[in-house]
Amino acid sequence: MNQSNVSNEKQAAASKAGHPILVVEHLSVAFGALEVFRDVSFSVARGSALAVIGPNGSGKSVLFRALIGAEKSSGVIRWAPGVRIGYVPQKLDIERDLPLTGRDFLRAKAAVARTGFDAIRRAIERVGIAPETLKRPIGAMSGGQFQRLLIAFALVGDPNVLMLDEPAAGVDAPGQERVSETLERLRERDGVTVMVISHDLSVVFRHATNVICLARGLKSFGAPREVLTPKMLSELYGTEIGFHVHDLD
Amino acid sequence: MSTISIEVGSLVLSLAMATAAGLIGCFAVMRRMTLAADALSHVALPGIAVAVLLRLDPLLGAIATLAAGTVLIWAVEWRTAISTETIVGVVFSVALAVGAMMTSGETLLDALFGGAGKITGLEVILGLIAAAVIVGFVAIKRHALVVALVSPDIALTCGIDVRRLDLMYLLMFALTVVLGLRYLGVLLMGSLMIIPAATARRLAGNLNAMFAVSTTVAVLATLVGTYAATLTHRESGPLIITVAGGLFFLSLLRPRADSV
Repeated sequence: MNQSNVSNEKQAAASKAGHPILVVEHLSVAFGALEVFRDVSFSVARGSALAVIGPNGSGKSVLFRALIGAEKSSGVIRWAPGVRIGYVPQKLDIERDLPLTGRDFLRAKAAVARTGFDAIRRAIERVGIAPETLKRPIGAMSGGQFQRLLIAFALVGDPNVLMLDEPAAGVDAPGQERVSETLERLRERDGVTVMVISHDLSVVFRHATNVICLARGLKSFGAPREVLTPKMLSELYGTEIGFHVHDLD
Repeated sequence: MSTISIEVGSLVLSLAMATAAGLIGCFAVMRRMTLAADALSHVALPGIAVAVLLRLDPLLGAIATLAAGTVLIWAVEWRTAISTETIVGVVFSVALAVGAMMTSGETLLDALFGGAGKITGLEVILGLIAAAVIVGFVAIKRHALVVALVSPDIALTCGIDVRRLDLMYLLMFALTVVLGLRYLGVLLMGSLMIIPAATARRLAGNLNAMFAVSTTVAVLATLVGTYAATLTHRESGPLIITVAGGLFFLSLLRPRADSV
């Protein structure tokens, strides 16, 4: 791809910015008689950052799985045409002795996404994985290394939507900072739409364009400053949350 | 076809079968579906029995019931809440029992443990084509299979139809069972797909190494077992599996690849 094509694509992406890349209407998921959430509606603008927060068991991960088609749901999920999703699930139980290295895993993505090995190099540079780490079996990697590998995997194939389910889980503090920076850079520079499930309210406040508060249904949806109020957080989590917006201003 | 060329054809086919078994078994072991995979081969027995009763080629009966067993495993995995292991443990063991009741004498022994018997040139050609299809499937789909085994959800977002891939894999697995029935029988064929791959899982540190070790163990066990069978005038199936088992136990002496 030459320089002018890249530039044209960025312009095209910029011109589409603000248009919904995802529209969700009246979405409900139930496991048999157990209702996970119901009647959730929201939209995600192209190039924006959406954060999903809520207590454990509120259906955040189920929402993401419904959005990618892995969970049966009722209602409307409408992705814009041409969407390429990079998905990072919450936790994967990988056996330690599985003879699959990080390189095997990334090569598999490159092959499936029909992209060259150059995409792997770019992805590992973006997330800061040492090339030697890729020689290790994925089950023998540390939590932080594996999490970065999953993010690199999601980035191979140039997705225009990234969905990350607690990407900072198991990552040390410098690693968390790096993940946040990477996501911010991808959004600002490449126009990637970022959707994150997070428990870190300060990260949500800093980086999210909009926030969904989920608790068996949509409690609230809007800009962080409007949504992350002590009253809403207290309602959401059922307890006082020591989070003050003015601390972050 | 002369006797010698048929013998050579039979040996070549057995090695092609071993190669296919070594490769396809890798994913059965990595996906932790060894019980289902091993038991699937048992379902061929009632098919063989019915075919013998109807004076048809036993292989046709085996193919029919293996195809049905494959679809059953696939449907259970995707459509019901019952655990696959429960279904496999019940249905396939019953299939083995029913098949054994309907068969007797030498036919039963051959069906259970393999009996090479006479092979036609057409069988060799069809077998080699089937082996090529299985090897080709693993070569082409290995990347999608890797992504799906790490996370079916991630595979979905990569545009992989995981259900379809799963069915294709199980059908290839069943086809490998069909290839090996002549040599190993319904009781032992599953083992040639599991033991070499389990050995490779212990020794290999990456995917290509796993393919290489698994195939080498399967081919080596088949060669040595067949040769030993010729020397001792016994059926080759039990000897092949004994050699494969010996190689697996030898692999236990080496530290795990991930701890080196």
